Amino acid sequence: MKVVLLQSSIVGSKTRTALEYVESVFKDKHPQIVVEMLDLADYDLPFSDGRNYLEYTGDAGYVTKTLMEADALIIGTPVFQASIPATLKNIFDLLPEEAFLDKVVGIIVTAGSSKHYLIAETQLKPIISYMKGQLIQSYVFIEEKDFYRKEIINDDVLFRMDRLVEDVLSMAKALEDIRLAKEAEYGF
Amino acid sequence: MESYGLNPDRGLEFGLYTLGDHIPNPHTGQRISAQQRIKEIIELAKLAEQAGLDFFSVGESHQAYFTTQAHSVVLSAIAQATEKIKIGSSSTIVSTADPVRVYEDFATIDLISDGRTEIIAGRASRIGLFELLGYDVKDYEELFEEKFELLLKINEEPRITWEGRFRAPLKDAEVLPRPKKGKLPIWRAVGGPPGSAIRAGMQGVPMFLATLGGPATSFKYSIDVYRETLREQGYDPKQFPVATAGFFYAAETTQEAQRTYYPYINEGMKLTNGRGYPKQHFAQGADPRDVMNIGSPDLIIEKILYQHELFGHQRYIAQMDFGGMPFENLMKNVEIIGEKILPAIRKYTRKK
Repeated sequence: MKVVLLQSSIVGSKTRTALEYVESVFKDKHPQIVVEMLDLADYDLPFSDGRNYLEYTGDAGYVTKTLMEADALIIGTPVFQASIPATLKNIFDLLPEEAFLDKVVGIIVTAGSSKHYLIAETQLKPIISYMKGQLIQSYVFIEEKDFYRKEIINDDVLFRMDRLVEDVLSMAKALEDIRLAKEAEYGF
Repeated sequence: MESYGLNPDRGLEFGLYTLGDHIPNPHTGQRISAQQRIKEIIELAKLAEQAGLDFFSVGESHQAYFTTQAHSVVLSAIAQATEKIKIGSSSTIVSTADPVRVYEDFATIDLISDGRTEIIAGRASRIGLFELLGYDVKDYEELFEEKFELLLKINEEPRITWEGRFRAPLKDAEVLPRPKKGKLPIWRAVGGPPGSAIRAGMQGVPMFLATLGGPATSFKYSIDVYRETLREQGYDPKQFPVATAGFFYAAETTQEAQRTYYPYINEGMKLTNGRGYPKQHFAQGADPRDVMNIGSPDLIIEKILYQHELFGHQRYIAQMDFGGMPFENLMKNVEIIGEKILPAIRKYTRKK
C-alpha cells in the first residue's frame, strides 16, 4: 500500500509540520507502508490547461502520476481567505475526473482561527467526493495556538492525527477487501 | 442516405475499427513490433472483407502506445489489399492537418480502392498532437470547425475560393484528384457531451457517435438532438445516416468474453488514458441494455438489435483489437461475426 502526504501550499510551515508528524507515525507504527511526502513548495507547477495528466512533463507529470498511483492520500491544507489555497484547487484541476476512485482520503487543516473550522466541510469535502474519494469523515483541525516553533504542542492534536493514520489504513484495508470480494464474484 | 453509399434496405451495416494502439499484451508484458502491428491491421481488414463485413476504419493518435499516426498511409495499403469492403478513417483529426492535403490523400485512396473510401473527421480526444504538429490548443474548437467546413466545401466544389484564419487563402483553386463518384462521404465524429452532436446537425453532415460504455439510452439523447437539429436547420433527418462505435468482443459464453477482454481494456486504458476501466462498470456491461457489445454471440445480437431499435442507426463499428489483443483472438472474432452475428443482424434489420 502506498500513502501520499500532500502538503498543498507553497508558503508557510505549519501544514508541513503537521504532515511531518504524520510521516513519523507511519514510520514508527507502520513501517511496512510506503509513504511519500509531496510538498508543493518543492515543485513548480503550471495551472491546469485541461490536458490528460499523462501529457504533463516535469514537475506536473511527477506530481500527478504520484497522486494517481497512491492507494491513500492525506491532504494537509492551510486556509487562505476562508478557503482552500489555489495551489490545492489546481492539483484537483490537473487530475482527471474520478481521480480518487478506490482511494481513501484523509484531511488535516491548519488555520489561523477557529472560525475556519467548517471550511474543509463545505469546500474541500465536496470536491473529494465529486472525484470519488473515500473520505475519512473526521478531519484534524489545527489552530495557530497549537504550534510553537515548528512543533505541535497540543497533545489532543497529536492524538487526533494518530487516529487519522489508523482510520486511513483501516479504511483502505476494508475498501480493498470489499473490492476484491466483489471482483471475485464477477468471475472474470 | 444513398448519397452516403448506404442502402437502408440491406439493414444495419457492420464494421470494425482500430485506433492503431500499440500496447503490450497484459499477460506477457511483451509487445509486438510496430511493423507487425501495422501488418496485422491490414490483415484484419482482409479477414473482415472475407467474412462479409461492410466497413473497416483506422484512426490516428499522436502519442505513445499508438502506431497508425499516418493512418491514411495504412488505409491506402488496405485499399490495395481489399476489393469490396468500404474503408475510412476513425477518425482523421482535421484540426491539425491541412484540409487540402487530407482531401488529396483520401481522394487518392478512393481511386486506389475504386470508390470505397470515407472520411470521419474528429476533434481529437487528447491534445498532445497540437504541440507536436505546431498548433495552439487554445484554438481547439475554431481549428476544427474552420478546417472541417473547408473540407466539406472542397468535397462539394471542384474549384474553390476560400479565406480563413488557419490556412492560406484559396483563389479559384482546383483540389485534385477528384474521387471516383465525385464526392466522398464525410462524417463528423462525435463523442461524449451532446454539444458536438448539435454541431453535426447544424452542419448537415452524418454523425459517427462513440459509445464506450453505459446504458444505450444515454446515447439516444445525442442521436435525438442531432436529428432534431437537422430538422430545425431545414434538413431531412432521413437523408442523414448515424453510425455508432464501441467496444466489442465475442466468445462462447459472456463470462468468457468478459474474462478475456477485461485485462486488455483495463491495462490498455491505464497506459493510454491514465486510468483503468472500473471492473464494476465493466461487469454491468453484460446487461442487454448496456451499449458495450461484449459477450456471447446471442447476447451481442440481442444488444445490437436493441440498440438498432433505440437509435435507428445505419452502421455499427466494433473495436475489438484494443490493448494488445493477440491476432489469433481477432481472427476467431471475425469468424464469429461472419458466421453467427452478421447473418442475424442482417436478417432482423433489413427492410422486409
